[in-house]
This record gives sequence, C-alpha cells and structure tokens, in this order.
Amino acid sequence: MNLDIELASLILSAFLFAVGTAGVLVRRNAIIVFMCVELMLNAVNLSLIVFSRSLGLEAQVLVFFVMAVAAAEAAVGLAIIIAIFRHYEGVDVDRFNLLRW
Amino acid sequence: MLSLPLLLQEAHAAYEPILPAWILLLPLIGAVVNGVGAFNWRGNKAIPSIVGPAAVIGAFAIVVVNFLAMRAAAPHDPAIVSLWTWMSAGDLRIGVDLQFDQLSMLMLLVVTGVSSVIHVYSVGYMREDPGYSRYFAYLNLFVFFMLILVLGANFAITFVGWEGVGLCSYLLIGFWYENREFASAGKKAFIVNRIGDFGFLVAMFLVFVHFGTLNYETVFAAAPAALAYGGAVVTAITLFLFLGCTGKSAQIPLYVWLPDAMAGPTPVSALIHAATMVTAGVYLVARTSVLFAMAPVSQAVVAAVGAGTALLAATIATQQYDIKKVLAYSTVSQLGYMFVAVGIGAYTAGIFHLMTHAFFKALLFLGSGAVIHAMHHAYHEVHSHEDPNDMRNQGGLRRFMPITFATMWIGTLAISGIFPLAGFFSKDEIIWYTGAYGYGILWGIALVAALLTAGYMTRLMVMTFHGENRTGADAEPHLHEVPAVMWIPLAILAVLSIVGGWVNIPDALPVLPAVHALHDWLHPVFEPARGILEAHGLHDAHSSPIGGGEAMWAGISTVAAAVVIILTFRALVHRTWKPAADSTEPTGLAGVLYNKWYVDELYDRTIVLPLLALWRGCWRIVDAGLIDGSINGLAAGTRAVGWIGSLFQTGRVATYMFYFVTGVLVILATFLL
Repeated sequence: MNLDIELASLILSAFLFAVGTAGVLVRRNAIIVFMCVELMLNAVNLSLIVFSRSLGLEAQVLVFFVMAVAAAEAAVGLAIIIAIFRHYEGVDVDRFNLLRW
Repeated sequence: MLSLPLLLQEAHAAYEPILPAWILLLPLIGAVVNGVGAFNWRGNKAIPSIVGPAAVIGAFAIVVVNFLAMRAAAPHDPAIVSLWTWMSAGDLRIGVDLQFDQLSMLMLLVVTGVSSVIHVYSVGYMREDPGYSRYFAYLNLFVFFMLILVLGANFAITFVGWEGVGLCSYLLIGFWYENREFASAGKKAFIVNRIGDFGFLVAMFLVFVHFGTLNYETVFAAAPAALAYGGAVVTAITLFLFLGCTGKSAQIPLYVWLPDAMAGPTPVSALIHAATMVTAGVYLVARTSVLFAMAPVSQAVVAAVGAGTALLAATIATQQYDIKKVLAYSTVSQLGYMFVAVGIGAYTAGIFHLMTHAFFKALLFLGSGAVIHAMHHAYHEVHSHEDPNDMRNQGGLRRFMPITFATMWIGTLAISGIFPLAGFFSKDEIIWYTGAYGYGILWGIALVAALLTAGYMTRLMVMTFHGENRTGADAEPHLHEVPAVMWIPLAILAVLSIVGGWVNIPDALPVLPAVHALHDWLHPVFEPARGILEAHGLHDAHSSPIGGGEAMWAGISTVAAAVVIILTFRALVHRTWKPAADSTEPTGLAGVLYNKWYVDELYDRTIVLPLLALWRGCWRIVDAGLIDGSINGLAAGTRAVGWIGSLFQTGRVATYMFYFVTGVLVILATFLL
C-alpha cells in the first residue's frame, strides 16, 4: 500500500470534520456540542497544515489564528455554558429556545 | 387727488372707469375685517355694524360716480379694465378683466344699491345673533363675488363670480348650521347649482374650442361670421349656458333649491335669493345675447322654460302657508318672466323687470323679515315654540306694525302690476312683447301667471296683516313694530317700488309722457343681438295675438289684476284660519299644490334614490368587495406565508445547525457539479 501522506492526512481531516459536524447536529449535551465544534476547527487546522506543504507557510500562520480564536471562543463559550447550567440546572441544548419568535 | 367735478368733466371725452378695482376691493376688505372679527372679537357688534354696511355703501358711491361719468360720456363700446393676467397656457390667455358697459353698470347699481339697503336692515335684524360678525363677513363676500360676476369681461371671470356667489349662498342658507334641516337646505342648493355649473363649464369649453378665446367682446364680434345661424354649435353652447342659468336662477328643472333656501336669515333671502344672485342667469343670457340671438331653438327653450316656470311656481305659491315660501315661489315665478323676456329677444324688458323685481321683492322679503322678527320676539317672550313664519299663526298684524303693513302693500301692488307702480311697467312690457313677437301660447301663460301673482300676494297680505290675530292671547301683547334701522330700508325700497318703473314708459300709453331712458341706456349693449334677430325675421306685430293695442292690454291687465286683488281680498278677509298647530294638511288640488306638485318627491324617486342605490352598490361591491377584498386578501396571504415560515423556526440550535449544514452541502454540491 503506497498511500500518499498528503491524501491520507486530508482524508483524516475530512473524517474528523464529519465526526464533528455529526456531533454538533445530533448531540444534546452542550459540552459535547462544544467539543465537536473544537473537533471541526482542528480538522480544518490539519488540512491547512497539509496545504502548507505545497502552498507555503501562510497557511500555518492561519492555523495560529484559528487556535487563538478557538481559545477565546472556548473561554466565552464555557462561561455561557456555566451560566446556562446555573439557570436551568442542565446543559441540554434542546431546552434553550428563548430566542424563538 | 382730483376733485369729483374734475373727474366727471374729464370723463366727457371718453368714459374711463373711476377707481374700478375699489368697487371690488371695498366689499372684500369688509369681508376680511368681519371674518377676522368672527374669530377674534365675537362679542363686538360695533365693528361689523359699521364695516359691513360701510363697505357696500362705499362701493355703491363709487358706482354712482361711475354711472354719472358713463351717462355723461355715453360710450358706444364697453370700457375694459385689465387688472392682470390670470392664466396663460398655449392659446389660452385669461385676464382678470372688468367690463364696464351700460348693462354691467345697471347691474352694479342694482346690486350695490339693494345690498346697501339690506346691509343696513341686517344691522337690526341680526343684532341678537351670536354669529353677527360671521354673517356680515359672508354678506360682504357675497357682494364681492356678485360684483365679479357682473363685471367679468370674459366667461372665466364671470364663472369665478358665479361659483363665488354659489358658495356664499350655501354658507348663508346654512348660516344656522346647528339645525340639521337648514344645513341640508344649504347642501341642496349647492348640489343643484353644481348641476347647472356643469352646463356653464361645457359651454365655456365649447366657446374656447370654436373661438380660441373667452373674452366676451372678441367672441361676440366673431360669432356671426364664425358660427352658422341656428347651427348645432351655437345651439349647444347656448343650451349649456342656459342649463347653468336654470341652476342659478331657479328655473325648471333645477328650481327646487330656491324654496328650501329660505332656511337662511331673511335679509339673505331678500338679497341673494330674490334681488341679486338669482338674477345672474337672466344677466348671463342678456350678456351673451348675441349667441342666443343666433340660436332660435335655444331662444324658444329659454322662453318656454321661463313661461312654464312662471306658471308652475305661481300655482304652488297659492297654497303655501310659510310666508317666505310664498315669496320664494313668487321669486321663481318672476324669474320665469325675465327668462321669457330674454328668450323672445326683448332683452331690455327682461333687465327692466330684473331691476324693478329687485326693488319690490327685496321690499317684500324685508317686510316678511320684519313680520318674522316681531313674531319671533313675541313667541320668544312667552317661550312658545310655534312657527313664526307660518301665516296661519299671524293675522291682524296691521294694528301692530303699520309701517311694515303699508310698505308691504306697496310691494304687493307693485308685483301684481297695478298702475302706476314699478311692476306694472316692467311686467306689462314683457307680457306685451311676448304677444307682439308672436308667442301666443306663452303670452296666455304669462297673463294667467300675472293674475295668479295678484291672487297669491293678496292672500299673503290678508293672512298676515288682516283679519283676527292668531298669534295667541299671551303672545299678542308682545307684538310691536320693528326699529327704525329696519323700517327705513323698507321705506326706501317702497319708494323705489313706486318710481322704479318710470324709467321706461311706452309710447302707446295715453296721457303719460313716453320715457325711453332704459331702452336708450341699454341700446348699445343689445344692438348686435337685436340686429341679428331682426335680420332673421323678428318683427313687432304691434298687436296682441287676439288683437288690441298695447294701451288696451295694459289697461286690461292692470284692471284684471286689481279685480283679482279685490276678489281675493273679499273672499279671504273674513275667513278664519286655525293656527298651524291645529291645522291638518290640505287635501285635493290644494294638497297637490301645498306639496309643490310633488316635484321634490318625483326627483327623489327618479334621481336621488336610484343614484343612492347605485352608490350603495358601488360601496358594497366595488369598495367593500373588490378593493377591501383584495387588500385584506393580500394581508391574509402574507400572514399565511409567514405562519408557514414560522414553522421552520423551532428555536433549537440543532435545527438551525441542520439547515446550515444542509445549505453548505448544497452550495458545495453546486460548485462540484
């Protein structure tokens, strides 16, 4: 088996992204949903690194941006989840429909 | 500043109108001052009492000066005063032009003169009214518009005045607008007049299409060459003009508004609905006499409608109990006479009757106003709600109001055509020429209507002033003569009603000197029209349709009128009437006449109700059905779409994520495919 390392990495990235998307869509625990979002971001990071091999280092710079944004997002997102937990005594996203209509 | 004699002397050379704009401006200033007063110093009666009459008397003074100047200069052509250009569009140029000729000068004298007297009378009559200042504002404004109507040198300016007097008429009929019935009477007058105004407008458009101008002088000079004698165009123009006249001057079929117009204050009835505004139609026919002379069909229509109206209104007047209604129908009837005159081509006779009628009908109306004033006060003192206008409640008033009694008898004799009062000369001239020009049937109708006039006027006098008093025992001591500010105008008009006819005494009458003052005065104005008529076979037979000369028939008609007066008087003076509250509605022929031949009901059934049904249909089907339906349908459809859309908004993050991912996949798919 002589699979190209780049192709293999991209397939892995796509797989991770699909897992993350599916997790966001089907899981109801807010923490899990949050982790799935992180998974999608990291799948994107992985494919960016693969592309940097042929397209240059700019893609790796972008990866740092994504990590910085993900860190900020994690801080804000977790704060929101904690606030929601305190209010509803649970983190089931299906119960958060305050903004409906 | 030139002194007056100098002005007159200068006018000898050629007549130049003196202060023409001020004739119009003075009443307008009066209207503005009183209008401001109506809002700002409502309780103040001194300012309207001075400004209102003074504005009109000032205009009258300027008119008299102008009259003297014109008489001295004796111009053949009218003097046109161009103030400014009103509108200029394409070929159309309409200037605010005033025309001073013998006809408009006579009308100016009548309008401002009678208005002055009635303004003074109003000071007494309206004194108690809370709308005193408003009343004088309207009355001044009316005079302003009436003068515009008279002075207009083209159709458009005349139309401005025409509409303006209609507006003032509406405002004054509905002056006591708290009373729903009175307000409706105002609306009726306005709407009926609108129908006539439509005719005026169409005539105006036709004139513009065929002449390219609306100026009277240009149109009349061009008409004999531009239009065929008796052709469809000139007939259409004149018939549409006459439709306007039937509205304004209360002729069949549009006369129905005038009797209801009596809802206004009585001086208004005297000024607008007897002496001046309602004669505007006669004036318009006389003004456009050249066009009418070219359309024999229209002339016949005018004369026939006039005669028919004269007879119809006279019959109705014989059975009315409201003193003002009798006088209103009498006015309609007398206007019919004027239209007979201008219809057969005896323009001077028509204008002559217009003038004398202004005197004696204003006198009669002001006299009835004095009666109503006295009756109203008497009933007011005893807190009675009886109708002061109803003649069945009056009777025997001669003992309480001798001056009113005497002056009204003068008016009655004048309108009945008793020698030598004004009506004798003017009405006889109309009747005579109707016969002498060969309109035998109209001549007969005019004679019968003249006798009816004597009859119903005597009935009015007997019911009001003679016999027993029916006011009621407690109200009777409160009856009294009106104050001097009201009876002096009556006296002035009574004198005019006596001497007013002496300006035109026919040659044929024995003993009397022949006077042609009015004929000579108006000769330049009617010369072109008379020329056309005489060229096309109008001839004076100098005898009535059944023989006899003018002097003989003048004698016959005055004796016949006197006999009718005496017979009516003797038949009615001992008759007892029950007060209105105890009376039942008359039956039989009297009932038909009392109900005015049911013309109002006929109009109601044939025109008003079908129109109302049509509008109701439009409202229900078009407005409520189509328009409201489509708008409401659109709203309901939008709401349904919105409701369906809202089903997608679950509020769950997972749902939105699902839409989002689906969307991304779709976009990706389109990129790939």
